[in-house]
Amino acid sequence: MRRLAPRPALLAASTAAVAVALIPLAYLAVRTAEAGWDRIAAELWTERVGLLALRSIGLAAVVTTACVLLGVGTAFLVTRTDLPGRRVFAVLAALPLAVPTYIAAFAWVSTVPRWEGFWPAVLVLTLCSYPYVLLPVAAALRGADPAQEEVSRSLGRSGWQTFTAVTLRQIRPATAAGALLVALYVLSDFGAVSILRADTFTRAIFVAFDMGFDRTGALVLSCVLVALTVLLLTGETATRRRGARYSRLGGARRPASRLPLGPARWPVIAVLVGVAGLALGVPAVSLGRRLAAGVSRPGALAEVLAAAGNSLTVSLAGAALTMLLALPLGLLTARAPGPLTSLLDRLAYLAHALPGVVIGLSLIFFGINVAYPLYQTWWLLALAYATLFLPLAVGAVAGAAAQSPVGLEEVARSLGRGPWTVLRTVTLPLILPGIGAGAALVFLTGMKELPATLLLRPTGMDTLATELWTSTAVGAYAAAAPYAALLVAISALPTWLLVARSGLLDKEERA
Amino acid sequence: MSEVVLSGVVKRYGQVTALAGVDVTVPSGQLTAVLGPSGCGKTTLLRCLAGFERIDAGEILIDGSRVAGGGRHLPAHRRNIAVVPQEGALFPHLSVADNVGYGLDRATRRSDRVEEVLTLVGLAGYGARMPHQLSGGQQQRVAVARALAPRPSVVLLDEPFSALDAGLRAGLRHDVREALRADGATGVLVTHDQGEALSVADKVVVLRDGRVIQAGAPTAVYREPVDAWVAGFVGDAVLLPAVVEQGSARTALGVLPVTGPVTDGPVTVLVRPEQVRVVAGSAGVTASVLRHDFHGHDALIGLRLADGTRITARILDGGAACPVGGQVTVHVDGPARAFPAQTTSTTSVLVDLAA
Repeated sequence: MRRLAPRPALLAASTAAVAVALIPLAYLAVRTAEAGWDRIAAELWTERVGLLALRSIGLAAVVTTACVLLGVGTAFLVTRTDLPGRRVFAVLAALPLAVPTYIAAFAWVSTVPRWEGFWPAVLVLTLCSYPYVLLPVAAALRGADPAQEEVSRSLGRSGWQTFTAVTLRQIRPATAAGALLVALYVLSDFGAVSILRADTFTRAIFVAFDMGFDRTGALVLSCVLVALTVLLLTGETATRRRGARYSRLGGARRPASRLPLGPARWPVIAVLVGVAGLALGVPAVSLGRRLAAGVSRPGALAEVLAAAGNSLTVSLAGAALTMLLALPLGLLTARAPGPLTSLLDRLAYLAHALPGVVIGLSLIFFGINVAYPLYQTWWLLALAYATLFLPLAVGAVAGAAAQSPVGLEEVARSLGRGPWTVLRTVTLPLILPGIGAGAALVFLTGMKELPATLLLRPTGMDTLATELWTSTAVGAYAAAAPYAALLVAISALPTWLLVARSGLLDKEERA
Repeated sequence: MSEVVLSGVVKRYGQVTALAGVDVTVPSGQLTAVLGPSGCGKTTLLRCLAGFERIDAGEILIDGSRVAGGGRHLPAHRRNIAVVPQEGALFPHLSVADNVGYGLDRATRRSDRVEEVLTLVGLAGYGARMPHQLSGGQQQRVAVARALAPRPSVVLLDEPFSALDAGLRAGLRHDVREALRADGATGVLVTHDQGEALSVADKVVVLRDGRVIQAGAPTAVYREPVDAWVAGFVGDAVLLPAVVEQGSARTALGVLPVTGPVTDGPVTVLVRPEQVRVVAGSAGVTASVLRHDFHGHDALIGLRLADGTRITARILDGGAACPVGGQVTVHVDGPARAFPAQTTSTTSVLVDLAA
């Protein structure tokens, strides 16, 4: 009912931000088109592209299915049963998020000889990605109104019928969102599939570019991968519209009654411990074993410090640029929702879903041909981070802006304060903590980014992620270990925030 | 202390007309209640007054100077009109004293004005607390103190008591009215609660579908409503078909003196339930008792007259004399208010009111 005044300045700044984020995509299209249709067709209709497509889609499908089964099952066990040590298992199940896939892959290849190919990649990616399903589903299960299940039982449905007819539908939007995230993640994953030598699009793009400087081949492969990504995103939009959001219809939060597991709890515990052992134990043991040797190598400490310094610098630059672009868009999303705003939001999300390899490749050509002063500088890399992580930051800004409702600003104005004073004394003090958290998230995510960093870093500059990559590629597992350990430590912080926010750690209310 | 005049104010949201030409005068130093059902435009009216919305036609004058209309739109922060929103909306990052001092300039902030208004709302000594340490009622009191502190021309209260429970509400609205009065403030209270409007306001403006239906003192609006809808909206009403002859109305309850601008002929008359007396003896109309709603301080008795007409009586004693199913005798005290005859049946109006 209440219309918000149009905000032309905010809208213009947001449009500019989205335009910047879309540079890689636009430039990819322009460069590919320049090659001409005949060359594109020649590159496209080959047996190899068909095989790559089959393998990429197959990998995404198998990993997503496995993640949904593992994620929903674990979420149900830790939120709705009387499993002993539920909170410990919940945290153990969420922790694999702290292990970047390329580090998990490194841990496995350095532990198990000849651990290569499609199925090893499925295992590693599933173990790393199933928390993307677990976290939203566990939050949905905890938030779902138990009264609906009770009504279903009171209308004569059995426990199992109620589970399929009510519970599974309550968590469907959360499951779909998690599954989409996993599928996008697998399609864009570069580090793990490369280390495990599973030939997918991302690896083929990198190899085509790295080995032969085969521009057209790399560009065409990138376009196919982008098309797959867009297809997935479209599917997600469709399910989102259909699934709507199942909200709770008022009423206080009340925990659901728990399903007693009885003697089944021992095999259940064995499975959960087994999964945790594979997902966390293998990387931990592997890293621990190699770490001592890696650190004691002569000159290791200086190298690690130099790489950490570089990581810090580029990630800071990336976080600063990302927040600059995210501020107007986040405020617009929170304050002036509408069709135009959601279009801008979707476009920013599109860039986020693009694989880092594609972004990196496109920005290299952009740097060489359009913005040569930026080529071989941090700024091109910062731009890649901004493109990749813009939605993370927009979400943080929009969430923070919700901490300062319009009503507060209206009260402040009615008390005789002008717009700038209101911004300074009310809006900013309320939203700065949230914006800071968003910047920290972007910063930490940038620290562990691999493919775009690998392609765009200025020659001779190594970061933690690229040092790990280089050492692993030549089989120097001990040298790689310190970087891997540092990266896991860096990833642990955002993971912890995510787990804390999901409500998995909350003390349970007594029923 | 300022007089506010709205004339012909129109506000549209796309196809929806929220205010369709509103004329209201808010007398200086008094509390005026804008009363109406939800969706009548009362919150829009308040937002236009505060300057949060631009009006599409008409004008708003404060002490004779135009703040809106005729191409002019004085922004909210220059209007000197303070609002108290529904949920208080205290600044969560500021202490109570800083909240109250927010609208004051630096010098006044250091004076004892902050403590003075906190005392007015009964929260002396709470200045150092943070908003989350206060109860809902205390937060509303701080919001009122914050609005009063800069001595604004007008204080706008947007259903400020609706989120509180009933017991707290009565005490708080009394205190708030006293605080406004003690500070000499001009107030506008938006509410859908007729009891609240009648009990605290000096003047009541009844709004429906974006138009002012009636404006006047609470007693006038209650006793002399302009139509049957207002009669039913501001209180329990018994509406009866009647025929007027020479200043008296023939009704199912007997012949009653009438007020209101009516000529002889068929009319609808309003009798308030408290005018209906249940008496012993046979001097009056007999009725059978249908139901008995006990409210503690009084009771509402549902009655059916011999001709089938249903009416309601409000009685003060416990009602032991009126067992359900029993026969009683009723008569009406005072005059009935007459309106031009309406077509809706009396029972349906009563059912609406009961709901």
